[in-house]
Amino acid sequence: MPPARQLSWAWVGVVPFFAFALMFLIIPTSFLAIGGFQDGQGRFTLQNLVDLFQPTILSSYWISIKVSAASAIGGAVIGFLLAYVAIAGGLPRWVRPTLMTFSGVASNFAGVPLAFAFLATLGRTGLVTALLVNLFDFNIYRTGFNLLSFWGLTLTYMYFQIPLMVLIMAPAIDGLRREWREASANLGASAWEYWRYVALPILWPPLLGATLLLFANAFGAIATAYALTGSSLNIVTIMLYAQIRGDVLHNPNLGYALALGMIVITGLSNAGYIWLRGRSERWLR
Amino acid sequence: MKRNVVVSWLIVLVGVLYFFVPLLGTFEFSLRYRRGVYSFEAYQIVLNDPVFRATFTYSTVLALATIVVGVVLVVPTAYWIQLRLPRLRPVVEFITLLPLVIPAIVLVFGYLRIYSSASVLPLTSTETTTDVLLTFSYVALSLPYMYRAVDTALRAIDVRTLTEAAQSLGASWGTILVRVILPNVRVGVLSGAFLTFAIVIGEFTMASLLDRPAFGPYLQLVGANRAYEPSALAIITFAITWACMGLIQLFARRTAAQLAGAH
Repeated sequence: MPPARQLSWAWVGVVPFFAFALMFLIIPTSFLAIGGFQDGQGRFTLQNLVDLFQPTILSSYWISIKVSAASAIGGAVIGFLLAYVAIAGGLPRWVRPTLMTFSGVASNFAGVPLAFAFLATLGRTGLVTALLVNLFDFNIYRTGFNLLSFWGLTLTYMYFQIPLMVLIMAPAIDGLRREWREASANLGASAWEYWRYVALPILWPPLLGATLLLFANAFGAIATAYALTGSSLNIVTIMLYAQIRGDVLHNPNLGYALALGMIVITGLSNAGYIWLRGRSERWLR
Repeated sequence: MKRNVVVSWLIVLVGVLYFFVPLLGTFEFSLRYRRGVYSFEAYQIVLNDPVFRATFTYSTVLALATIVVGVVLVVPTAYWIQLRLPRLRPVVEFITLLPLVIPAIVLVFGYLRIYSSASVLPLTSTETTTDVLLTFSYVALSLPYMYRAVDTALRAIDVRTLTEAAQSLGASWGTILVRVILPNVRVGVLSGAFLTFAIVIGEFTMASLLDRPAFGPYLQLVGANRAYEPSALAIITFAITWACMGLIQLFARRTAAQLAGAH
């Protein structure tokens, strides 16, 4: 067969994939995105985007952003520390594969069961709550803590954020060469100077990129929050859920704009992640 | 250096506490069904609940269907991209990452509008077609994981030589895919499959909004109405996730050992 003819028919092989992508990813999303710019009669308008700035919607975006940012930053810091000490912290060999396997499990242990686990632990009758009362006569609920709140949700989200960070950062930490550390020590650098002038300048793109990925990961989540708080904590995914179920905004097109706003936020943080990943590949391979 | 190791252990200890205390708490809570004594009563009640069996079976069947559709969609595509259309690789990779960018709840919102009973393709109008739609939703949800797993496995083998060898022996495209390529990317397919299973089995958002009797919405319902059963269910779900990840590791290690043995 002449190569020209092979090429001209080669695209047929990817038709099913692109048909799937159009039907289940691109067209549904575009429908919502376009609907966000239309009024009830299908005419072009920017009114829906303006209406997003009403206090209830704005506050639901804001609490989502706060929970996602807090759980992303907390998850990134702890996840990085864990991955670093397991790989380069002088611990026995078995620590690393154990941590990796566990991270694979824990990063997938999300949704409704995760909410149950935290309710059983830190809920009003949970194990830790009861232990603290019995041992130290210390009731965390009297200090103002509530699992069904910003901090409770953040603490719960970190259960899948930390292991995700471990999985993303392990290759980058592997890329830090031992020679760099030794060379800087030979030149008289302290541990702090090594981190400040060598390790962090190399690691910050993957660190920041992974944090953005964690942010998007938490921002789109709903099941954990729904099972944990019902609708008492009005994050944007829960508001969208209510809108899909029963048009609580009394304006379908405003619902599309709500979804569009979410895509923009997760899209931007993912774009940041991809850009930073490109940058980090220069040093770490 | 000694001090560093102590700090390392401390950090690991904090991690172990954070990750194991909730599991322990859940387990302890699940045993408290009878006042004053620990018992497995909550597990018995859950496992004997006909709704548990029905929803769990439903989600298992749906997960298996998702895996089959996912493999049929992903393996030929990734193979073809590698063999004939490497220039399309960035486009295809970008598309496979879209489900990580677009939240699941937004995707299903779109499906409900596009495939409503008033549309050209009214998938949501009967239960069977809604099941089909839910299966495809899950294929979309697991696409990033399935594609990456299969693509990594494909890159590790010499696709071109295998294809040409099979062709010179007179194999058709179907034979090449099923009997040459698929066995060689078995590990990738299996790890993608188990990951898909772990994602689908307890999925809540899509099943709930498409109104299908899946395990995820059942979990939510039990959580809203019962005290000890949710903990038992959480432990069962954790065990399933653990089994899926464990099987992935097992298969990966066995193949690594086989490859090492072959050299």
